[in-house]
Amino acid sequence: MTEESPDIETPKADVAAEPATPEPPAEAIAASAPQVEPAGEPPLLRIEGVGKSFGNFRAVDRLSLDIRAGEFFALLGPSGCGKTTLLRMLAGFETPDEGRILLGGNDIAQVPPHLRPVNMMFQNYALFPHLSVRDNIAFGLKRAGMARAEIATRVAEMVSLVRLEGMEKRKPDQLSGGQKQRVALARSLARRPQVLLLDEPLAALDKKLRESTQHELMELQRRLGMTFIIVTHDQEEAMTVANRIGVMNAGRLEQVATPRDLYEAPHSRWIAEFIGDVNLFEGDAGWRQGNRLTVAIKDGDTITVGEPRQPVTKTAVCVAIRPEKVKLSRRGPVSDAANTHAINRLEGVVSDVGYLGGLTVYKVKLDSGIVVRSSMANTARLNMDGYLVGQRVVAWFTPDDCMVLEQ
Amino acid sequence: MSARRIFAGPARLAAIAPYAWMVLFFLVPFGFVLKISLSQTAIAQPPYVPVFDVTEGWASIKAAFGQLSLDNFRLLVSDDLYISSYLRSVLVAVISTAILLLIGYPVAYGMARLPKRWQPIAMMLVIVPFWTSFLIRIYAWINILQHDGLLNKVLLALHIVSKPVVWLSTDTAMYIGIVYSYLPFMILPLYATLAKMDGSLLEAAGDLGASPARAFWLVTFPLSLPGVAAGVLLCFIPIVGEFVIPDLLAGSGSMMIGQTLWLEFFTNKDWPVASAAAVALLLLLIPPLLLYDRLQRRTLAGGG
Amino acid sequence: MGRRVNQMSRFNITALALGLAFLYLPIVILILYSFNASRLVTVWGGWSLRWYHEFFNDRAMLDAAWMSLRVAAVSATVATLLGTLAAIGLARGERFKGRSLFSSMLYAPLVMPEVISGLSLLLLFVALNAERGFWTVTIAHTTLTMCFVTVVVQSRLASLDRSLEEAAMDLGCDPVKAFLSVTLPLIVPAIVAGWMLAFTLSLDDVVIASFTTGPGSATLPIRIYSEVRLGVKPEINAICTMVIALIAVVIVIASFASKLSSSQGKSAAPL
Repeated sequence: MTEESPDIETPKADVAAEPATPEPPAEAIAASAPQVEPAGEPPLLRIEGVGKSFGNFRAVDRLSLDIRAGEFFALLGPSGCGKTTLLRMLAGFETPDEGRILLGGNDIAQVPPHLRPVNMMFQNYALFPHLSVRDNIAFGLKRAGMARAEIATRVAEMVSLVRLEGMEKRKPDQLSGGQKQRVALARSLARRPQVLLLDEPLAALDKKLRESTQHELMELQRRLGMTFIIVTHDQEEAMTVANRIGVMNAGRLEQVATPRDLYEAPHSRWIAEFIGDVNLFEGDAGWRQGNRLTVAIKDGDTITVGEPRQPVTKTAVCVAIRPEKVKLSRRGPVSDAANTHAINRLEGVVSDVGYLGGLTVYKVKLDSGIVVRSSMANTARLNMDGYLVGQRVVAWFTPDDCMVLEQ
Repeated sequence: MSARRIFAGPARLAAIAPYAWMVLFFLVPFGFVLKISLSQTAIAQPPYVPVFDVTEGWASIKAAFGQLSLDNFRLLVSDDLYISSYLRSVLVAVISTAILLLIGYPVAYGMARLPKRWQPIAMMLVIVPFWTSFLIRIYAWINILQHDGLLNKVLLALHIVSKPVVWLSTDTAMYIGIVYSYLPFMILPLYATLAKMDGSLLEAAGDLGASPARAFWLVTFPLSLPGVAAGVLLCFIPIVGEFVIPDLLAGSGSMMIGQTLWLEFFTNKDWPVASAAAVALLLLLIPPLLLYDRLQRRTLAGGG
Repeated sequence: MGRRVNQMSRFNITALALGLAFLYLPIVILILYSFNASRLVTVWGGWSLRWYHEFFNDRAMLDAAWMSLRVAAVSATVATLLGTLAAIGLARGERFKGRSLFSSMLYAPLVMPEVISGLSLLLLFVALNAERGFWTVTIAHTTLTMCFVTVVVQSRLASLDRSLEEAAMDLGCDPVKAFLSVTLPLIVPAIVAGWMLAFTLSLDDVVIASFTTGPGSATLPIRIYSEVRLGVKPEINAICTMVIALIAVVIVIASFASKLSSSQGKSAAPL
């Protein structure tokens, strides 16, 4: 298992066509134009129709996914969605009931964990309490039958990589949480696996340490050009570290996309609600005018939205708009000749103000009874012109900021 | 599950030797007890008929089966000696277990309420006597309880009694011995459940208006019931069959079933009746044994 | 911490103190009287080692003690081996056919009245035409004590983090190697505790040994028992004190050894 992972010159293997998702992406956001890898390059890891049940519980449901060499891929989902089971199947701790797992073209679905060129970093780190930091890191190298001198060199390299110099002789219970995390990382990287699996690697750290560690992980992954697959339930973490995220729900992949696409162009209402905060308006798709579509929402109001790339086939739709894209003003936007008619204006009364420091979140109860959330950045320290509860305001947003989703 | 399945194969292989051992030296012997309990006494070596001789083939075994009878069990239910020893065993076990619970619970509770760093020490203190020989501990009590022993000396010196009290060869002495020997078996499971209990539960009960005593009865005690059950079974079952303690400390007036069995076996050399007594004792213990088995499996397998 | 101390009522402290006094006082008195010069066990006649002398000149007692030590050492060792294997099977074997019979066979002897175990084993040995003596007692004690070893080791295995074994496999160990290089070092304290428990239980047993031993090969407890039936003898006090001392030494050595072998220092509680 001394085989090295293929070198990646530019580890920005970005989003490409999504073989895993049932439909192609609805909208492409200009900023993250997909950067397709050279054609004919097979993916490093191909998951094909993999399924796994525990008794009657279908943990992973015929799931397919391709992961390219050099990617930092995140599996994100609520607890019980099957993400950990999928990761454990990649590590070999679970055997799929069906499907194939191809690593570099070879099916490893039935290969036991100790024979896979894949390593895992465990959520609780699983450091061997009876071994020192050095012996923990050297553990996998010894199994690989590496020469003693080579092991020493590799361990030293790993120790400096995770900046644990001077700690080599300590036992795990003499380390802080952050140090343990580094030892676990070094231990799983020492064998230079083709794919590194990380199971909630930062869950045990406090918030500050977690954020700095996220950046170290990204930095490390970029430097090593290794393929990382991380499982997390923390969407901020997934969006920070990963270049592509697969969102799982009930054993299936809901969407595989870049963080930006997930947020700005979710495929489904479920994704829109799962990722970030969103205002949803249920309604019926109405008439088209140019590249604008009008949706009649429940209580007589209409919302004009930008025509989605993916034509809406059903009439029952759902308009989603992120709170930070909903602006508030006392009288509505200053009219701007050409665009005025296209801007959505919903009138109502501020019902709640939540000050969060960097942001203030307003809840506006529309005359129709629907509550719309708007978040506004507090960009100036002494700017006191917020809105007060009870104040009458106009909530407005542009058609292009709206997302149309089938219900 | 499958990482576990990878381990399961070798682990099951590991179990083969102990499995075979337990079948041969624990399960199979019960078959012999059952068989001999249905046999007749004989002045022979071994002292019973029929003797199965496998070398003589199937026919002799079949013939031997014909000679089996329930006579020994008929004796057990018709002779007062057996019935009274049977009943006495149950009675002694019930009373002893009740005393053990009354003493063990406060001790375990006190241990669980100790500051955290003192708890392991307290636990060691309870366990250490368990490591010293059980026979020695009974003997130690004979030292104290005998006619001119320490207890009588203290009582006389304090003028609580005017002449030495007879302690040895009484039920009191036997109960002291049993309680003394089995106390760790009661305290440890109780302590284990009480120590695990979340202290904030009592605070919550207090916060909701329960007095400490009520909080104990409404919260602590119900939650400690699994520990109570474990402690009770761990004491009750072996006490029913206890031999050494009643033999050394109790009077010779009435016997427990274990003593009867011993007497039949060693003194009267009546192996079939001794076996029948063992079968009867086992039948009596089957319900608590099943309960204990379930409890044990839950506590041990639950951790994994 | 301070709050906890305050919660300790006077009642708790009294209960604890009385309970511990009840447990220890008889042993302390026994040890004290073993150094009594007087033949009358209840009259203090000054310090003396007379009864220890007596023991070392008592051929029969010495033989019995030697027999007991050999039985205890051999049966504890075999029981530790078998009990550990059984614990591995139960804790790591998942569900297998006959598992519940296996676990019941292992848990039942912990509470089974000794008269039953002793009688049934004797009947087996008679049926097998085995010569009764050292080996039959050793086998009987192995059968009883391996169950205690199983419980001690199994509870340690059950509390062990399974992801340690998974990590070992992930890093290239097959299951057996993962067990040997990670699990085994971590359960050594429990195995040592199991051996100690088996040793002392064997050294302690009267009933099963009485059933399964043969003429001329009495164990120490059998001898003590028959002496005790005849009344208190100062020599028995001396022997008992030495047994207690021996067990204390075994415990100290074993807990020291388990601390050395496991840097964790968290020795599994005996039982």
